[in-house]
Amino acid sequence: MLEVKGLRKVYSSGGREVEALRDLTFTVDNGDLVCLVGPSGCGKTTLLRCVSGLLMPTSGEVRVGGRPITGPPPGMAVVFQEYGRSLFPWMNVRDNVELPLKQKKVDRSRRRQLVDTALDAVGLSGAASAYPWQLSGGMQQRVAIARAVAYEPETLLMDEPFAAVDAQTRADLEDLVRSLWQRLEVTVLFVTHDIDEAVYLGRRVVMLSSSPTVVQDELVVDLPAERDQLRTRADPRFVELRTRVYEQIQLAKRAAAG
Amino acid sequence: MDVLKKIGSAVALPVLLFAGWFLLSDGSASFYAPPLRQILTAFADTWQPERLRADVAPSLLRLLAGFLVAALIGVGLGVAVGLNRRLRAVLEPVLEFFRAIPPPVLVPVIMLFAGIGDGMKVIVIVFGCVWPILLNTVEGVRAVDSVVLDTARAYGVTGPARLTRVILPSASPQIAAGLRQALSIAIILMVISEMFASSNGLGFAVVQFQRSFAIPEMWSGIILLGLLGFALSLVFRLAERWALRWYEGLRATRRRAG
Amino acid sequence: MTSARRGGNPARPGLAGLAGLLLIVELLPRLRLVNDRFLPPTSRIAAALADEVSTSTFWHSLGETLYAWAIGLVVAVVAGVLAGLVIGSVPLLRALTASTVEFLRPIPSVALIPLAVLLYGTQLGSTLLLVCYAAFWQVLVQVLYGVADVDPVAEETARSFRFSAWGRVRHVLWPTALPYVFTGFRLAASVALVLTVTAELVIGAPGLGKEIATAQNSDAVATMYALIVVTGALGVVINLLTRTGERRLLAWHQSVRGEVTV
Repeated sequence: MLEVKGLRKVYSSGGREVEALRDLTFTVDNGDLVCLVGPSGCGKTTLLRCVSGLLMPTSGEVRVGGRPITGPPPGMAVVFQEYGRSLFPWMNVRDNVELPLKQKKVDRSRRRQLVDTALDAVGLSGAASAYPWQLSGGMQQRVAIARAVAYEPETLLMDEPFAAVDAQTRADLEDLVRSLWQRLEVTVLFVTHDIDEAVYLGRRVVMLSSSPTVVQDELVVDLPAERDQLRTRADPRFVELRTRVYEQIQLAKRAAAG
Repeated sequence: MDVLKKIGSAVALPVLLFAGWFLLSDGSASFYAPPLRQILTAFADTWQPERLRADVAPSLLRLLAGFLVAALIGVGLGVAVGLNRRLRAVLEPVLEFFRAIPPPVLVPVIMLFAGIGDGMKVIVIVFGCVWPILLNTVEGVRAVDSVVLDTARAYGVTGPARLTRVILPSASPQIAAGLRQALSIAIILMVISEMFASSNGLGFAVVQFQRSFAIPEMWSGIILLGLLGFALSLVFRLAERWALRWYEGLRATRRRAG
Repeated sequence: MTSARRGGNPARPGLAGLAGLLLIVELLPRLRLVNDRFLPPTSRIAAALADEVSTSTFWHSLGETLYAWAIGLVVAVVAGVLAGLVIGSVPLLRALTASTVEFLRPIPSVALIPLAVLLYGTQLGSTLLLVCYAAFWQVLVQVLYGVADVDPVAEETARSFRFSAWGRVRHVLWPTALPYVFTGFRLAASVALVLTVTAELVIGAPGLGKEIATAQNSDAVATMYALIVVTGALGVVINLLTRTGERRLLAWHQSVRGEVTV
């Protein structure tokens, strides 16, 4: 279980203080898929960096499986928004996926198997020896997802992973994430600014306010587990849910402006 | 056809210049600019195998030794300084000062410490070459992409692997730029240190020819130095292109993307 | 430089570093870790420097060095820019000269020292030959990069509006190449200083380099160090001036570009 309790982060630079996160509390149950959605500039990335242990919060804490996080925890994989910068351009696709496994001291044959399975799962078996920059944006993000999957994480954090890919690729990648989540039984925390994406993907949606950020509202997405880009998005219940999320976000924005 | 055209345009001017020099100088009675025919004969007569072994080999060995030691020290210290912000702030002006000293003035200083033997010449080359390598490494290490560093941390790529798989490859284009600058300084210092005080070496030989007014031989030495400079830079460029082929590809892709 | 915003004086740690260097150089010979005939303590070098700057010979030599540097640099920059613009803007010339440039550029300029000695002896000409040769390539190569960087759309726009050849050079080629020209100038300026001092040191042409050789031959070790410090300081000043100038120019250039594209 992933628990975020009273999380607060204040950046200070040159005597000026900026409160990015004010007071965030939410939990993600094991095996759940939770989408965090909020207006742009609401500190989503700061939150994710705190959860992944890359950034120490000013106060409050993040616990994974009951243990507080002080640095990047072992069973956690992160997919960054900036795929072009997160994949190492000096390594080919296979080496990129394999490097974290080498660090985990996974033995050679198991490594090979994990990399092959992961690349196969994202549909990139043929591109193992290509360099990331030889691939399209969507394919690069698939490599990043394969790297996360091969790592065999218990928790998968995704930071607006599809913000920079085109709409059609995005739909494919969303379905990929859903199917991987169902198959691998990982806990997924998915950060996005796209309301439709949050409702389509998530089993729960946590809405954030504008900065300084608090949890605005939460809802359970009671859509059938089998989702489909055409039918799910046309489902009246889907429309209802996204309207609710939309209203909350607008409310949050207005509160911030007023 | 295209290839022929390329070869043709690459060869045309050198052939023309060479032929021009040959023909125009053929009747030359000038003491300082003897006919090229005479210089070429001198070249063949002068640079016999034993002469190459006695004068060229020591020069090249000193050059390589100095360059390699400078590369090791420069990259090693550069990584240490680049990774430590405080150290960098303290040392930067000192390093800039050392880089700004015209390297050849180090020859008399190092002669004080190390006499006039091989050691002196190697130390001179090390001392002159190390600054551009060091400063470029510092710059390269400092500029490693923050997403790259986050990714490495999130996936547990720490310790030696962080250095060898992430930081050094990421800084390598900049390090190569430093090495390239250092190589031309190394050649200059090789020649200068031999002109100052030596009993063998290319620089020594060329100065001897000049002092004994063996003009065609002097010219042949200048030509040999030129060929050497060209050959070394060619070897370096090939090695660089091989080692940084990922970087060339990355840059080409970015340029195409605009 | 980038930490300047973080409050406090950003130069302070750097000054501490320089002070540390001076202290180490003072202590090494005083603690007998280094023979003071090889490395005199800071205080003695400083005293020698004070002596030097009170002599007219020093200022005369400094003047000669700067004079040779400036003349060589100007000749190299003018020649490099003209050659670069002409070669760069005529594709045929570019293709024909590429291999020759690639061959001549890495030839170490110090290989020309014997030739310079024969032709000009210990006069200014020797220094100029080396300085011009070394600095010319720095400028030429940068200008060639710059001309290659001309945006084909801009070039076609100029053509479609029937700009004259001169107009295209003036309004398209030159503005694009300008930042590269300045980079070439900056590189050439420091290379020119290195070669000026080298020529003086090795050949004995008048200037600071010759004074260093003289100090070395007369065993005036502190004076030799003092003069080396002066050449280093000269290098730092030249770097700072050209870098600041370049940054100003590039800032202006990019802001103009930004306005055009928005």
